[in-house]
Amino acid sequence: MLELLDYPFMRLALAAAVVTGITAPAIGTFLVQRRLALLGDGIGHVALTGVALGLLTGTAPLLTAVVAATLGALAIELLRAYARTSGDVALAMLFYGGLAGGVMLINLAGDSAAKLNSYLFGSIVTVDASELTVVAILGALVLTVVAAATPQLFAVCQDEDHARVSGVPVRLYGILIAVLAAITITVAMRTVGLLLVSALMVVPVAAAQQVARSFRGTHLLAMALGLFAAVTGVVTSFEIDTQPGPTIVLTALASFAVLAAARGALALTRRRKRRPLELG
Amino acid sequence: MPVSEGDTGRAPVLRARGVTVELGGRTVLSGVDLTLCPGEVIAVLGANGSGKSTLVRASIGLVARRSGTVELFGTPLEHFRERARLGYVPQRSNESTGVPATVREVVLSGRLARRRFVGPASRADRAASERAIELVGLSDLVRRPVTELSGGQHQRTLIARALASEPELLVMDEPLAGVDAGSAAQLALTVGDLVAAGTAVLLVEHDLGPLTPVVDRAVVVDHGRVVFDGPAADAPAEHVHHHPHAGEPARLEPLPGEGVL
Repeated sequence: MLELLDYPFMRLALAAAVVTGITAPAIGTFLVQRRLALLGDGIGHVALTGVALGLLTGTAPLLTAVVAATLGALAIELLRAYARTSGDVALAMLFYGGLAGGVMLINLAGDSAAKLNSYLFGSIVTVDASELTVVAILGALVLTVVAAATPQLFAVCQDEDHARVSGVPVRLYGILIAVLAAITITVAMRTVGLLLVSALMVVPVAAAQQVARSFRGTHLLAMALGLFAAVTGVVTSFEIDTQPGPTIVLTALASFAVLAAARGALALTRRRKRRPLELG
Repeated sequence: MPVSEGDTGRAPVLRARGVTVELGGRTVLSGVDLTLCPGEVIAVLGANGSGKSTLVRASIGLVARRSGTVELFGTPLEHFRERARLGYVPQRSNESTGVPATVREVVLSGRLARRRFVGPASRADRAASERAIELVGLSDLVRRPVTELSGGQHQRTLIARALASEPELLVMDEPLAGVDAGSAAQLALTVGDLVAAGTAVLLVEHDLGPLTPVVDRAVVVDHGRVVFDGPAADAPAEHVHHHPHAGEPARLEPLPGEGVL
């Protein structure tokens, strides 16, 4: 199995998977806590327009995607805060605008459906060294900010009113979360693709919740599960010749199923222990 | 500035003058005054939709005022930075439960106004949280996720979070809602202890129940105006319990963009 490390492109792919696997649930935990699990999806669609603009203008798509995703994230936060539009309608509009804009611009740029596909579903094995550098820098940036601001982010996501009364600039932190999510999405874009990016932000968190009882426990376990899913997914996809993105997401979903089942079994044995006479 | 209320000579803990609030085009409060002196306990009473909750939320900057002034500890609300002096216990229903969090984690988040901007919680932060948890009698549940608590235990967690910053003013929005009679009695004891230690309390409630003995003054709000301000025992009950014009509360959730901070 270690033979895959002989291929330079697999080494780059695994490195990208490690960064993505840890970073996505690190910020995803706050999205889930804030009940904005689908925010990543909305931003991902907008990032596609950014990618298309990059292809159209001959700029690195990764960079234009960061810019577009960040602007999209700001738009969502501002719509949520100021507009009379409800959060889900604002998200829906960004979904459609981003996707339609991206596909149309990629057509205009004269690129093929295969190119579009590689951004929608990821193409981790075509990651080159310069892209990996950008991915690693952005990933490190997100992790550093999350680690430093966790108390504030926790407070804002747990109870906005209480955080505001405590003097936390709630709106600023809301924007920070959205921007970090946007950067994470561009980090994960090459690994799992824009359509599945949100899965890696949300599914490991949902899986961790099955067994963790504290916020910190959920946060750390989610990152570990994200790392596991990303690396296992890349290795599996190499072995059985499937696309890495969907393989990673299915691995994450499988970890959720296993932990949910384990939790169910645990609850059942606990109940039995409490009523030992019924064991008969 | 002369302080007519109280004889301490210190600035009032809270001083609201002519507070008018509009929410969604409807006037919810019109020209309300409220003064709270150090160590005083005021209960704001009123029917659903009377504006009692809005009065308290406007007093701490959670609802934007259309006009009027609010001062906390002698400082205009807009410039009030000593956030640790203010402890807030929101209505329980507003808390998000997307990811589990333990009693200890939630209470520690009450230290935000005091802790360092970056870095782990200090020993003092942890000690203050543990003290607050002990004060509300939850020391054996510190590792329990808040979602697994009873209504009364959850309420006590939120009070501990507010107490973690060692506040001089405790603001509580319907602390007895969804709390069983036994827990309500214990809550009243906790509040009594705080008051004895010198904490001023501003609370919103439908029915004071076991809290009645700790309350110094009752302020009854009806249709966005103060209709009574005096000893709790003399508060007109008809405004508090049933009101012919009051429907269900207009909203429990804040409108988007309500915050002014």
